[in-house]
This record gives sequence, structure tokens and C-alpha cells, in this order.
Amino acid sequence: MILVLGRRLANVIPTLVAVIALVFLLFSVLPGSFISGMNEDGRTTIDPQVMERMRKEMGLDDPLPERFAKYLAHTVTGDLGKSFRTREPVTFLIGQRVWPSLKLVFAAMSFAIVIGVSLGFVAALKPGSLLDTAAMVGAISGLSLSQFWLGLMLMYLFALKLQWLPSFGYGDGGLTHLILPAVALGVGPMALLARTTRAAVLDVLNADFVRTARSKGMSERRVVTWHVLRNALVLVVTIVGLQFGSLMGAAVVVEKLFAWPGVGSLLVDSVFQRDMPAVQGCILMIVIFFLAINTLVDIAYVVIDPRIRYGR
Amino acid sequence: MTQPLLKVPLLQVDDLHIALKGESATYNAVEKVSFEIGRGEAFGLVGESGCGKSITALSVMGLLKRPLSLGGGRIVLDGEEIQDASAAEWRRLRGKRIAMIFQEPMTALNPLSPVGRQIAEMFVLHEGCGWNEAMDRAEDALRQVQVPSPERRIRDFPHQLSGGMRQRVMIAIALACGPELLIADEPTTALDVTVQAEIIDLMAELCAAKGTAILMISHDLGLVANMCKRVAVMYAGRIVEQQEADAIFATPRHPYTQGLINSLPRLGERSRRGRQRLQEITGTVPSIASYPAGCRFNPRCAAMTEICREVSPEITPLPSNGLVRCHHHG
Repeated sequence: MILVLGRRLANVIPTLVAVIALVFLLFSVLPGSFISGMNEDGRTTIDPQVMERMRKEMGLDDPLPERFAKYLAHTVTGDLGKSFRTREPVTFLIGQRVWPSLKLVFAAMSFAIVIGVSLGFVAALKPGSLLDTAAMVGAISGLSLSQFWLGLMLMYLFALKLQWLPSFGYGDGGLTHLILPAVALGVGPMALLARTTRAAVLDVLNADFVRTARSKGMSERRVVTWHVLRNALVLVVTIVGLQFGSLMGAAVVVEKLFAWPGVGSLLVDSVFQRDMPAVQGCILMIVIFFLAINTLVDIAYVVIDPRIRYGR
Repeated sequence: MTQPLLKVPLLQVDDLHIALKGESATYNAVEKVSFEIGRGEAFGLVGESGCGKSITALSVMGLLKRPLSLGGGRIVLDGEEIQDASAAEWRRLRGKRIAMIFQEPMTALNPLSPVGRQIAEMFVLHEGCGWNEAMDRAEDALRQVQVPSPERRIRDFPHQLSGGMRQRVMIAIALACGPELLIADEPTTALDVTVQAEIIDLMAELCAAKGTAILMISHDLGLVANMCKRVAVMYAGRIVEQQEADAIFATPRHPYTQGLINSLPRLGERSRRGRQRLQEITGTVPSIASYPAGCRFNPRCAAMTEICREVSPEITPLPSNGLVRCHHHG
């Protein structure tokens, strides 16, 4: 177990450095900066001398490699710099946003796993049945829907027409505000999980050891619970991991749409204003989340599948 | 040995047909197959891949899967017809009274379950044991199939065992509840030659001790003849010859059987008679959709005449208590 973690960690650091470098590069290619952007809305005009001073203060006139080196050095100590916009430390800004983001992502994933995996299972046990067809048509639709459109439709139906749930915002952090964005975010992974689970279960049902199990004289229910379930799980866990990891990034659209105060909407706002430190911080956060989930998946493999043992 | 069976045979397969549903037509993958196995007897079923021997075995287990299904005939176990048994009745037969060992020990065991548990399931399913007691008995079962240090091995997963050890585990599973009939479908094909003999001996020994009958399925005539009292040879879905094991080697009657025996290499042959080509049966097995009219072996047969192409030969009893399906069995 420690070996798994150690190996993971050794991979994490180069990945993080590469991501930071990439964002640095992209932002140096993009036209405009935080300061030139302040003039763009046309409402404020800033004295060129003030702009010059600010540029210096923020270190924007340093050469790119120097800025990159400085940023890395600070990041190592846990200092992600100060937001250009609010002058608050980025760690503080993100700290406020992480919990709502995690809540949203976990809620969406729980929804996806519970509904998706059970749909896939039921469909696989009765292939070709009405239920199977319905579930798979549903899954394909779910995969094809855009989160944005789906989110709007959910708002329209449940908030505007039925008035069951609030349409947007975080509220007091309770469940009612969470449901709609979580469903909007979870439908995609749910559909994918339903399809993968169905395929995995069908695959396992055709395996030789399932024939052995049947030849032992056990009921179909026992064949499934004793022999099929766990084997199918190995495949499902992979997809859960991949979906879960990318969900924090995918949440950007949904968070913005539902005015959810998460890392995603902070990222969007920061990009618009060229708030480099905040953008960096958000992306770093999303990448770390992705890597953390991947590590958990690796550990899950070891727990589920005895054939996988690291380091031996 | 050759007197008629007075008692009811343990297994009686009578005029068995197995249907294969294709895209546009339904074929008979197995046709007019009949044989009997007495209590404690070892019976061999030999043939090339695709001749229908494995699905014949699966039909006796009630495990035919789409697109295969039972097309007709009777399967009688101890006087009781079982071909139309319900799912619940099959569950009580499988594992308890008829058990099966499969060809691939690599994939026939669940990779995520310790082998001890996979054996113990048998006691839980059929003898109402709790898991603790079942695990103790699984350890005994492993000891019986001569797996060294069974007390540690019951916790091992299949990937930690060699092919031969896994097949021993399969044997332990199959024989756990003392079945009356053991079906072994190519049990040693996937194993090293040195291990094959061990496994065959072990199987024969345990079955003899428990009075279990064996239906041995193989493409290896030599192996089957060694182990079984009587042997049936299948070709393209039909039994073409059935004789006692010694007789089939001494006086094979069907040209296909003769070809099979001639194609066996013999140790020391080269030093005695110089370098020679091994005899082969020319041609290939016809595919199920294009079985020839008349005798199905006729395109590959040296003794073929006009009648072979037109009339499908019926079964002819042989004086030595065997039977052959050939127009020219002389």
C-alpha cells in the first residue's frame, strides 16, 4: 500500500510542474493581461504610470522563465500568491471554494454510481428485454445531452414550473440547492457507467468460471452474487475513477450555470480577468483532485483484485 | 464384461439431437447420438474439435447455451429422464449427482476467489454446511487430490497455482459431493505432458475409490483407450464407431477410426523402419453448414463408393458388442 502511494507521489510532482508550465505558456501567448484588461470595459481609465507601477508590483514585466521559477519556488512552500483581483491569498480564495466543489462532485458521482451501476446490472441480467433497451436508450441520450442544456431544462421544470427546488445558488449549503446541479453534472457519468457496467457484466457472464459456477448447481442469483459481481466491479471501478477525476474540471460549466460557488466558477471568473495566480491555483487544485482520485482507484484495485500486487 | 446390462445403466443417452440455430437455418450439431454408461464405468468419447463431443457433454449437464439447444432425444440418469428438468431440478443434479471438469484450468476458476472457498461452495450448496465447516472440508478435499500443504493452499488464489494444481482443484470441486457421474471435457489438453499422466491417474484413482462413473471426452484416442473400458468415436456430429477399448485398437472397423489410429506416432518406429511420414487423414472436417449427403466421412474416405455419397449409413451392431456406422465395415 505504501509502495502504491510512493510510486504515485513520484509521478505527481512532474505532472504538476508540467501543468504549471503549460498554463504559464498559454497565458504568455494569449493577448492582454490583468492590467490591460482593466481598461477594456471602458468604464475606467488608468494612468499609464499607475499601470506601469502595478505591472512591476505584480511581476508581470519579468521575463517568463524568471516568473515561472519564482512561482514554482513559492508553490513549494505552499504559497500560491495573491489574487490580482481581490488582493487576497489564492489559497484563501480556493479554500472557500473547495468544500462546495467537493460536495457537488461527490453528490454527482454518488448519483451516477447508484443509478448508473444498477441500471447497467439490471440491463445485463436481462439482455434484449424491454428494460435493457430502455436503459440503454436512456444511457445514450444521457451521454449526448449537453450539461448546459440539461441544466437549463432542469431549472425550467423543477424550479420554474413545479417550484420544487431552488433554481440556483448555494443557499445555506443544504440539500435542496445541491440536487439540480448534481443531477446535471452526474447524468453524463451515469450514462457512461450504465453502459460500461452492462458490458462488464455481460462479459463476465460469458466467462468460463461462470460456467463452472453453473455446473456446481447454484442458482443464477448466487452465480451473480458469488462470482459475477466482484469480477465486473474491477472494470466498473476504472470508469468510476476516470469519470470522478475529471468531474471537478467538468463542473466548470454546471457551477457557472447554477451560480455554484465552487472552484470551477472561480476559475472562469479568473480567466476572464487574466487573474493569473487564481487561474494557476484553480487548475492546480483540479489536477491534484484528479491525481488523488487516481491513487484511490489504484488502491481499490489492490483491494478488489488479488492478482494486482504492487512491488512484488 | 460383454453380457447384457441387466440393471438400469447410470446414464443413458438416447437418440440425442442438438440444434444449432444459425442466421438463416437450424442445423443439427449433434445427431442420433446414443450411448450408455454403467455405474462406476469409464466411458470415452473421442473426436476432432467441432465434432460435437463437448456439447454432448454440456447437454448432459443441462448447460447448453444459445444458439445451441436440445433438438430431441432422451437423457436418462438412473432410470429418470432429465432432459426436460426444471431449473430447480437441474440445480439439484449438477454438482451433486453429475459433476464436470473443464478443459481450461486457467479460466475455469474464479480469479478473485480463494480456491478453498470455491471448493467449499459445493458443501454449502449441496450439503447445507456453514462456511466454517465447509472450509474445513475443502481442506480435506484438497488433501485428497494431493495438493501439498492444503491448509495454506485453501487461501491461495487461482493465479498462485500452476496449471496442474488448478486442475487438481477442479477435480476436488467436481468430486466434493461424491457425484455418480464425472464428465471430464479434455481435462489435460491444456497441461504439460508430464502433468497429464498425474492428473489422469488421480482422476481414475479417486473415481474408482468412490465408484464414480466417468465420461471422458478427448481428441486423444490413446489417452481415452488407456483409461476407459469402452470408447465411442464421433465424427461430424454422429457416433461412427463404438467398441471396447482393446478392440478398437486391435480391430478398428470404421475408416475414420482406422485413420485416427494410423495417425498416432509410435515410439521407436523411426529406428526400426527408418524415417517415414506420419499417416494423416486427408482433407478437413466439413463445416456444419456443408455436411455432405450420405456418409459424412465420404469426401475423406479411401473406401468410398457410390452408396456412401447417397445413403447415410445406419448403425450396424458388431459381434463383439460394439457398433459401427459404415457401409463397408467389413
